[in-house]
Amino acid sequence: MPDGGTLPLVRLSALKRHFDVSPPWLVRALEGKPRQIVQAVDGIDIEIAKGETFSLVGESGCGKSTVARLVVGLYPPTAGKIEFDGNDMSQSRGRAEMAALRRRMQMIFQDPFASLNPRWRVFDIVAEPIRAFGLAKDAADLEQRVGDLLRQVRLTPADGRKFPHEFSGGQRQRISIARALASQPEFLVCDEPTSALDVSVQAQILNLMMDLQRRFGLTYLFISHNLAVVFHISTRVGVMYLGRLVEVAPTDTLFRRPKHPYTRMLLDTIPDLDMTGRQRAPVAGEVPSPIDPPTGCAFHPRCPFANERCSRERPKPVESEGGTVACHAIEEGRLPVEERSYAVRG
Amino acid sequence: MNAPAAPLLQVRNLRVEFPTRRGTLLAVDDVSFDIAPGEVLGVVGESGAGKSLTGNAIIGLLEPPGRIAAGQVLLEGERIDNLPYERMRRIRGAKIGAIFQDPLTSLNPLYTVGRQIVETIQTHLPLSAQAARERALDLLKQVGIPAAEQRIDHYPHQFSGGMRQRVVIALALCAGPRLIVADEPTTALDVSIQAQIIALLKRLCREHGTAVMLVTHDMGVIAETADRVAVMYAGRIAEIGPVRDVIKSAAHPYTRGLMGSIPSMGVRSARLVQIDGAMPRLTEIPRGCAFNARCTEAGERCFRERPELMAAGATRAACWRHDTGGVGAVRTKEAAHA
Repeated sequence: MPDGGTLPLVRLSALKRHFDVSPPWLVRALEGKPRQIVQAVDGIDIEIAKGETFSLVGESGCGKSTVARLVVGLYPPTAGKIEFDGNDMSQSRGRAEMAALRRRMQMIFQDPFASLNPRWRVFDIVAEPIRAFGLAKDAADLEQRVGDLLRQVRLTPADGRKFPHEFSGGQRQRISIARALASQPEFLVCDEPTSALDVSVQAQILNLMMDLQRRFGLTYLFISHNLAVVFHISTRVGVMYLGRLVEVAPTDTLFRRPKHPYTRMLLDTIPDLDMTGRQRAPVAGEVPSPIDPPTGCAFHPRCPFANERCSRERPKPVESEGGTVACHAIEEGRLPVEERSYAVRG
Repeated sequence: MNAPAAPLLQVRNLRVEFPTRRGTLLAVDDVSFDIAPGEVLGVVGESGAGKSLTGNAIIGLLEPPGRIAAGQVLLEGERIDNLPYERMRRIRGAKIGAIFQDPLTSLNPLYTVGRQIVETIQTHLPLSAQAARERALDLLKQVGIPAAEQRIDHYPHQFSGGMRQRVVIALALCAGPRLIVADEPTTALDVSIQAQIIALLKRLCREHGTAVMLVTHDMGVIAETADRVAVMYAGRIAEIGPVRDVIKSAAHPYTRGLMGSIPSMGVRSARLVQIDGAMPRLTEIPRGCAFNARCTEAGERCFRERPELMAAGATRAACWRHDTGGVGAVRTKEAAHA
């Protein structure tokens, strides 16, 4: 869709991923139970522009990590299309051509204790993508590159001789970032990169990620459940609920004028550290099972504004203030926009 | 023990040690604090600061080889840190309730939640099976389990994470304890469920007059729940005081850095405040103040002498800046490395 503007770096169209979690065939036959399908991602459209940070937020089980894994190709999609820089990723192409595309996207995982091989030295961990893509001319070049990468994440080249267990959680996440940067990617998928870390270390890692983005012009897809973190680092935010996108908006708009009732509810749960006495409004109910999602709008059983139409008809995303909202109440004008006092740009 | 404001729990110079092959590790070092009846004390710190160990030492559930090496724990004026296992077991549950992070591992998967609650009630209270079941049902209703009459006969796996944590809270409340030690009760839960559980904990403690020691790394939870807060760093209390003062006008540089590094919703900036470095390992705690290497305000005295808690405005902080002697000559990072 070359509409004169710049092409998005990543485009997901009607992306779906279903998981079959049925019991074995024999059990099903004996007990007369149907197949059970988890609709982890149920048709989402996202465009991520070059150089921006697009964040996906939502509660556990909403499918945000599945989206991350779909984008980098760790899961094949059930339906829909993933385009990276105009290339349809599902098209079969030669090994070399695929590697050339793969090199340009990397992933940072949540748990820095599980995502580094404990038997490898840090040098080899960081060198692996360089070797795999044949980016280094010779051994000296490799050493130079790994040293530079470790310095970029505020470690020292001498740390390359150590093993992962000799590092703290924050330092390990730096190693993960160095490894992700090793193939000189343009696009990084970060799946909760700081949620296993302490707050003071979280700030270090987020600052580092923002520095690196400015320096190398990186594009981020950032997955998080922490709205305060998302507020600080994102250009645009997508809110997911039960495998669907309920709202996408530029960060300031989303936090200042949230539209979807679920977004409003999520914002209400941010702890109040300024001690203004604002009570966190506890929301009734829990996220329903994605095996058997509610009909219509998936949020309607918890939504204070739901009516009969919401329980029957699935809302379509509609344009709204530079983003989209999928909500009947907003579409019909039943739900007035409310201004939030916080979230002013400093 | 005569004044009504006498503390419910007193912790005096508590030390927790781990003997290892390479020498003894001091995980909790000289920690003292009180909890008044009905008070919520938050204990906050990064992982490895010793906050959970302090909680476990109080309820007598330190994992061997960890042990209390010195100090005392007094509940209603009586020592409970040196009791034989069986006597401590009776206090735990009856007078002190415990809530842990992971609600699934706190419950026995093989028994219905009703049976587990009834068993706990009958261990501590002289009630008939019928009366115990009624009490269990009442507790489940109090913690907000919908359709409690049916849910009481369900197994833990049939509950969601938030509902399981409600059951664990009901278990902790079984015998009407005076104190609940809650170790990261909301960490495993989603934000919307977190708010529900915190509101529940607050309401129940107000209704029953139960004191809570709330161990968490989440300053947001503390800000909403606690009356006072103790900030732990490398096994010691760095600062303790009323929650508003610690959050708004912290006296210890570590507390200030910790508060600053929490992404706030007020102002969006290009950089977050960060504390450089990481908490020292237990084997590498420096001389003087344990925070000295990361502190931007450290002086020569901070590398030499270890500060004790001292009055610092509205709070008490372990920092030489609040001593009349001051921190001594300021040692910059360059000088320290030279």
